[in-house]
Amino acid sequence: METIELKINGRKRTLHCLPNATLVEVLRDQLHLTGTHVGCDTTQCGACTIHVDGCAVKACTVLAVRSDGSDVMTIEGLAENEASHPMQEAFKACHGLQCGFCTPGMIMSAVDLVNKGCALEPSAIREALSGNICRCTGYQNIVAAVMQGASEMQEQSS
Amino acid sequence: MSGSLIGKRVLRKEDHRFVSGKGRYTDDIQLVGVTYAAFVRSPYARADIKSFDVSEALAAPGVIAVLTGEEVVKDGLGGLPCGWMIHSKDGSEMRQPHHPVLAADRVNYLGEPVALVIAETQLEAKNAAEMVMVDFEPLTAVVNPATASQAETLYEAVPNNVCYEWELGDEAATDAGLAAAAHITTLQLTNNRLIPNAIEPRAALAEYNSGTDEIILHTTSQNPHLVRLIMTAFVQIAPEHKLRVIAPDVGGGFGSKIFIYSEETALAWAAKKLGLTIKWTAERSESFLTDAHGRDHVSEAQLALSAEGEFLALKVKTIANMGAYLSTFASAVPTYLYGTLLAGQYRTPAIYVEVDSVFTNTAPVDAYRGAGRPEATYLVERIVEKAAAEMGLDPAELRRRNFIGRDQFPYQTPVALEYDTGDYEASLSKALEMADYDTFATRQAEAASRGKLRGIGLSCYIEACGLAPSQVAGALGAGVGLWESGEVRVNPTGSVTVLTGSHSHGQGHETTFAQLVADRLGLPIEDVEVVHGDTGKLDFGLGTYGSRSLAVGGSALSVAADKVVEKGRKIAAHLLRTDVDNIDFDAPVFKMLDSNESKTFQEIAFAAYVNHDYPSDELEPGLAEKAFYDPLNFTYPAGTHICEVEIDPDTGVVEVVQFVAVDDFGTIINPMIVEGQVHGGLAQGIGQALLEQAVYDDTGQLITGSYMDYCMPRADNFPDFKVGMTCTPCTHNPVGAKGCGEAGAIGSPPAVMNAITHALGGIEVDMPATSEKVWRAVQTMRTLKTA
Repeated sequence: METIELKINGRKRTLHCLPNATLVEVLRDQLHLTGTHVGCDTTQCGACTIHVDGCAVKACTVLAVRSDGSDVMTIEGLAENEASHPMQEAFKACHGLQCGFCTPGMIMSAVDLVNKGCALEPSAIREALSGNICRCTGYQNIVAAVMQGASEMQEQSS
Repeated sequence: MSGSLIGKRVLRKEDHRFVSGKGRYTDDIQLVGVTYAAFVRSPYARADIKSFDVSEALAAPGVIAVLTGEEVVKDGLGGLPCGWMIHSKDGSEMRQPHHPVLAADRVNYLGEPVALVIAETQLEAKNAAEMVMVDFEPLTAVVNPATASQAETLYEAVPNNVCYEWELGDEAATDAGLAAAAHITTLQLTNNRLIPNAIEPRAALAEYNSGTDEIILHTTSQNPHLVRLIMTAFVQIAPEHKLRVIAPDVGGGFGSKIFIYSEETALAWAAKKLGLTIKWTAERSESFLTDAHGRDHVSEAQLALSAEGEFLALKVKTIANMGAYLSTFASAVPTYLYGTLLAGQYRTPAIYVEVDSVFTNTAPVDAYRGAGRPEATYLVERIVEKAAAEMGLDPAELRRRNFIGRDQFPYQTPVALEYDTGDYEASLSKALEMADYDTFATRQAEAASRGKLRGIGLSCYIEACGLAPSQVAGALGAGVGLWESGEVRVNPTGSVTVLTGSHSHGQGHETTFAQLVADRLGLPIEDVEVVHGDTGKLDFGLGTYGSRSLAVGGSALSVAADKVVEKGRKIAAHLLRTDVDNIDFDAPVFKMLDSNESKTFQEIAFAAYVNHDYPSDELEPGLAEKAFYDPLNFTYPAGTHICEVEIDPDTGVVEVVQFVAVDDFGTIINPMIVEGQVHGGLAQGIGQALLEQAVYDDTGQLITGSYMDYCMPRADNFPDFKVGMTCTPCTHNPVGAKGCGEAGAIGSPPAVMNAITHALGGIEVDMPATSEKVWRAVQTMRTLKTA
């Protein structure tokens, strides 16, 4: 067992895990943060996307020990003070989800692309989201949600 | 207030938990003392099992037990049944090989489970599964459906690997139509094999309580009651009242989670046998190998036309691949969900179809979004478009000449179905307008100036949804009636709990069904909660597939809500000391017709539970009503899809530059949700046309076993879809709804492929139209031009 220290959704945690445990296993199985999902075994689907030190990463492909000392944010930590994050609200408002399984990863990727200054037009958003697979929506309403969520994020920060 | 919620874009009640990470999918459920299972699977497509040696696995760290196919035999478990009996044209019953929960002596497809290992952790279970020694003796595999009937026989009881040889329609009349034709268009095509790929992998969590002898099985199912029925009545792992099946939040299904699989069955059996709580979640690679695949037809067809372009006859011969075993509904897909749809939107007077279903050493094939109807639509709409090109007719005009007119309903087709209503001209006209069809030549010329080949393709689809009138389904071989149940349970304070046998795994039932009931009762939608997916909470349900939820499940709720109103009128009459005939329900108020006195819905609800002066011979306390709704006919959603593509002749890359879908789903409760269903269906249909294909090699190894190899549609594969609606309400259900879940996947593949064929000047490629295939077709086109 290895001991690691993480800041998870704003709270410091000391955890013990196997050296081969992935970050998503630690989040789901030890911390019961089950909003981060696992949809594949080849780092292709993006359902497990979270933020580590402010950047979107696929948590199925990061060893937990490699994240020692990192600041981790999952879908559960995105909303501040119980109010939903603008991107979460936009996904609801634009019907940007159906079964909901890919949604947490999709939202974390969406917030990341806005933070990274992705051009907020459909073709750029589609390309930026091509690492997240959704089998339900056909992506159209997701793109609309990201446009809306992005503009609300920018309004809030200005 | 009634009517105020129908047709409104109400935001979904279920979304808050999904966007905040609070969804509760099977793998999210954490139980104290849980153990983990891993399956040992066949590495061969076909092999004899000579022996099992589990000693090393049993000695591995954390391992609790190893169960093999031999224990399944010892415990006398039944096989996994197929629920639909098909008869061959000679009257004989379809042939159904035994489908074991775990194979004991022979494996018949790659990934077939032969044993499961149960250990304290998932890692320990997976490690030990690799230590189970199975002595396989590989045998030659039969993989290609087109030649399977001439290959080595796989099962003694299934001569020539043929499940059934089915026919529908009038062969003599069809041949006569062909003989009288001025023009005959012929077409050979393959409907490519697909892997459903719901993003939540299948999972199960089985919990056994030895104190009550009850098993609780959480599983990723579209129809938990059917899971319980099959596990208890057929596999016989427990009595029905001792098995509770819960399908909690389910992350997409598209058909693949209808079926009863080995894994969850083995888990429920093992949990009881060992007195454990056991969890299993598929890795994606297991999903690729063992989720029931879809489509996989090889067909040839002839369409006979008069000189004026009138359809005279359609003759079709199809070989359908069933895979290694008959999955739960597999036999019905290439027959009653396929042959019956070959009339399309047209008056074709004579149709004859033969379907040979064959077994191969591949994963079982069953219903996948559309299930039979995409295969029928693909064939009909490809051959109609080809006929138009051959006869020099505009493809829209040829269709118009053959449409069933709006004044010709109800319309009896020559392939068993009676369409109740429709207006095919309306959806075609609207789609042509939205697609700027008339100005296509301008866009084509502009594309040519950029060196691109631009093409346009149409598809006028019809589907039969709302499975199904039970009598009809029974007459066609269904093992169960296909009605649906619903309950409207009014709580004493006037809020309402709605229970439905339909299951939502993305479709938004918690909102649509709440809209339906809240509208009928005149309540705020917040006061209506929808409960589904738990055999412990509702009596029975047939589940969600075939776009049946609203048309059948919603109709059950509509009837149940009407019963609540009737009971409410009786209570109101009692409270107001008048006759029930003197009470009118003007939602949400029960009013006396001959006075100003009235009772609110809340007052009636409260009185129903707290009153103590009911005349017990006339009025029972309580206000909860059930309905079991059996539809009178199928529903017939229909519409027109138009696709425009641009092909880069140097690379063969196909870009969908415009896609228009105009659909007639009858009455729509929530347009936002319906449009979302269309978008999703289109992505899967266009995915089939351009990207997706399950490929096995000659030995039955799956070449496309991961997202690195199986090309899933991604956000940058599509333009924004243009979606429109027309409406002819269903004539025979109380909601007027037809179903919208599958239309996108049914209508779109032929529209895309017709557009590609158009761009390629008539040169045909099979789906998926990968850049390699299209590039080769471009070379052929250039050779023909210069020759």
